[in-house]
Amino acid sequence: MSQSNLGYISKIEPFGTFDGPGIRSIIFLSGCPLRCVYCHNPETWQAHIGNRYTAVELTEMALKNKPYYGSNGGVTFSGGEPLNQPEFLLECLKSLKAVGIHTALDTSGYSLSPLLPEILEYTDLIIYDLKAADGALYEKITSRKMDVTERFLDLAQKQGTPLWIRQVLVPHLNDNQVNLLVTAQRIAKLKNVEKIEILPYHTLGKSKYETLEYDYPLGNTPAMSMSEGQKWQDQFIDLISRIKSTE
Amino acid sequence: MHKTWESFKAGVWQSDINVEDFISLNFTVYTGDDHFLAPISSNTKAVWERCEVLLKEEQRLGVLDIEMDAVSGVNNFKPGYILKEKESIVGLQTDAPLKRIINPYGGIKLASKIVEGYGRKMKPEFETFFNDYSKTHNQGVFDAYTPEMKKARHTGLLTGLPDAYGRGRIIGDYRRVALYGIDHLIESKKLDLSFITEINDVTIQLREEVSDQIRALKDMKKMALSYGFDISLPASTAQEAVQWLYFAYLAAVKENNGAAMSLGRTSSFLDIYIERDLESGLITEEQAQDLIDQFIIKLRLVRHLRSPEYDELFAGDPTWVTESIGGVAFDGRPLVTKNSFRYLHSLTNLGPAPEPNMTILWSEKLPESFKQYCAKMSIETGAIQYENDDLMSPLYRNDYAIACCVSAMEVGKQIQYFGARTNLAKALLYAINGGYDEIYNEKIIDEIPVINDEILDYEKVMELYILTLKKVSVLYVDTMNIIHYMHDKYAYEKSMFALHDTHVTRLMAFGAAGLSVVADSLSAIKYAKVKPIRNEFGIATDFEIVGDFPKFGNDDDRVDDIAVELVTMFSGMLKEHPLHREAVHTLSILTITSNVVYGLKTGTTPDGRKKGEPFAPGANPMHGRDKSGALASLNSVAKIPYGDICQDGVSNTFSILPETLGKTQKEQVINTVSILEGYFAQKAHHLNVNVYSRDVLEKAMAHPELYPNLTIRVSGYAVHFHRLTRAQQLEVLNRTFHESI
Repeated sequence: MSQSNLGYISKIEPFGTFDGPGIRSIIFLSGCPLRCVYCHNPETWQAHIGNRYTAVELTEMALKNKPYYGSNGGVTFSGGEPLNQPEFLLECLKSLKAVGIHTALDTSGYSLSPLLPEILEYTDLIIYDLKAADGALYEKITSRKMDVTERFLDLAQKQGTPLWIRQVLVPHLNDNQVNLLVTAQRIAKLKNVEKIEILPYHTLGKSKYETLEYDYPLGNTPAMSMSEGQKWQDQFIDLISRIKSTE
Repeated sequence: MHKTWESFKAGVWQSDINVEDFISLNFTVYTGDDHFLAPISSNTKAVWERCEVLLKEEQRLGVLDIEMDAVSGVNNFKPGYILKEKESIVGLQTDAPLKRIINPYGGIKLASKIVEGYGRKMKPEFETFFNDYSKTHNQGVFDAYTPEMKKARHTGLLTGLPDAYGRGRIIGDYRRVALYGIDHLIESKKLDLSFITEINDVTIQLREEVSDQIRALKDMKKMALSYGFDISLPASTAQEAVQWLYFAYLAAVKENNGAAMSLGRTSSFLDIYIERDLESGLITEEQAQDLIDQFIIKLRLVRHLRSPEYDELFAGDPTWVTESIGGVAFDGRPLVTKNSFRYLHSLTNLGPAPEPNMTILWSEKLPESFKQYCAKMSIETGAIQYENDDLMSPLYRNDYAIACCVSAMEVGKQIQYFGARTNLAKALLYAINGGYDEIYNEKIIDEIPVINDEILDYEKVMELYILTLKKVSVLYVDTMNIIHYMHDKYAYEKSMFALHDTHVTRLMAFGAAGLSVVADSLSAIKYAKVKPIRNEFGIATDFEIVGDFPKFGNDDDRVDDIAVELVTMFSGMLKEHPLHREAVHTLSILTITSNVVYGLKTGTTPDGRKKGEPFAPGANPMHGRDKSGALASLNSVAKIPYGDICQDGVSNTFSILPETLGKTQKEQVINTVSILEGYFAQKAHHLNVNVYSRDVLEKAMAHPELYPNLTIRVSGYAVHFHRLTRAQQLEVLNRTFHESI
């Protein structure tokens, strides 16, 4: 196995249960091309910070935890944007699949890497962070154009990779009926969607901006409660199934 | 043959006393889920509500009441009831619920002191009798103790010794009374006695004991009669089976106040009777659950009168009515029945409680639905512990049970001489301090050379530590031999031994506390620079540590191997010395809650732990040092070897927030199962699973030291709660409160 690549890792969470099915180890890769207004991990934006690891080292760590992954758990690559280090990511995915570990990618899909088809070949699940289904809102949230991620999504659909769709809802930004409708229509068109999750906006990332001396884009926007988030999630799921049934 | 046996499958259990064979031939495996379970009956509800009032009152007073006119014994108390007409299972230790028994056989002085502590005065005739006309276990032990033993006890090198209280950790095979009836058991014991014909020291003692056992069986029968039941013959219905079995257990807790008075492995045994009655239409599922719930209520009310010192060691008035549930038979059939579910379901019907101590014998071969039900009950109640059946059954065969927390023994065939524990961390300080105690400045262990090095040298410290531990193990073995010689002589548990084979195997369970403190201390000496700071007597009272070092609990072999070597070495040293009545050596890494007291009695250690600070419980990593996450922490503990080395158990306490286990209850259940599977697949022995709810977070803020492993999620990751700043903790609390409105 080639050991040419060293990845930049901002953090490793050996035991996670939120980013994918079952018990998982979450590897946070450094670097992100987006600047989402609600981002709670601004420390992962820069590409060349964090500790350096080889794919072999990460696989060894995963093997130590493998007994706990059970039938459905495994390793999730998050970030930052994991697609920001495509060669390293591919090497990790290959190496994990070689020892029979389930792989998931927690991504916004913002990448033009030619390695994407091969990356998806070794990805068992995409946790797709759908920032917005409307181009203008997408730009407002991420400061980038939407077409790049749309191409990623098309590719994932073509390869048939299972999807979990996530969206962060922020009070006064996208917690409205228009976003609900547009997003639901977009999701309804996708195949292989196994789960839809609404993540209510929280303010725990705020202090990190202060430490890093960045401006906090959302100012004093209040957090959304878990129960409010749950209500929205129910509405999304309900609407999507209604759209699908009328098709 | 007894008429009631006719519908059971015949086997050697009919000619020999062999409950295991009876179960194996007659039990019905249940692989379904929990849908069949019945809610609480109105009778059970009424009985339990009455108990709840009494329990609240007891909590306020400490001790609700003490029987002052009698001392411990099977027939020294009048029958007692909670709500007689609504009780489907009857029998109390004394004539009223929660009224405690004075047991002077362990030691009259201590008994008098305890009674006085609760504002009462022991009857003068009892004092006279036990002081002037009789002798107790405690007196016997102190007559034989050497000055070295007294010193080691005084400094806390050896702590929690059963020299003034009942040793416990003996499980009567209470099922025998239900299956065979008392008369059959008496005949069997008489036959055994008739075969002990050669006379020598060993057989004289045994003949006396078997005669005592026969008397105890007669006492049991008499006690049951006082409640209106004749238990001469085998139980013929489910109700009788539960009742007979409970009478047998009740006799044990009327007679003894052992530290742990465990129940054994009764659920699948009783299921055979329940299945028979359900099939013949004699009872309904509701009635079956009522029998179990009412039996569990009785077990929850068991009390012993204990000293403040004991309470300090083991907080929360525990009785360790441990019931072992599940496991897998040699032929691969899981020993899971509907009654395994009913026992656990009592936690729903009656609400969570620490007793009986529900212990799941975990195997990868358990039915998936049962695994998930256990996990669900852990999440909802936090009341369940898990032990690795795949590890224990090859060593203890099909029909073993857990006494106390982690001690396996074959039911009715093996007993344990409980050995409390030695303080490994203090022993390390003795090695560094030439055998002197760091708190009392007194010489405790002779002939340990003094180290005068500026910086501690690993090889040299290890050499002296080995020398110290060798001396400690001799002292420890000798002390235990004295204690159990005297316990057999002055506080023989005749009603419990009556429910054992006449020729039992005795295990002597030694214990070690402070494993992670010592592993980290040795790692610090090896990988960092540790400079002792000595007082005017030359005793190291503090240590200056320069540099970092690997710490136990991070799945780092450099230090984990030190822990493994240490227990292997200590176990080997103990085994060099023969034991009372040819007992077999075992060793546990278990402290229960005594880790706090051990810490209190131990000076500053080379790992940076300060004088008086608690040790980690059992084999747990020191709190806050397992920084590589929950799985790495579990992996480190999983390396501590069980078979032949720590074969009395390796205890690990794992605490986690329900939210951390997953968003939905279904996810939480599946992930809990994955954790257990993953841990036990690595040959780990025991896991306490704590799933804390929100109000615990507040308590954890006030007392972080009590919640070392409390894990919570903040934003996209999980952290140990105590590592958050106060502001972060408050924010999490506020957020969760919002959620709950």
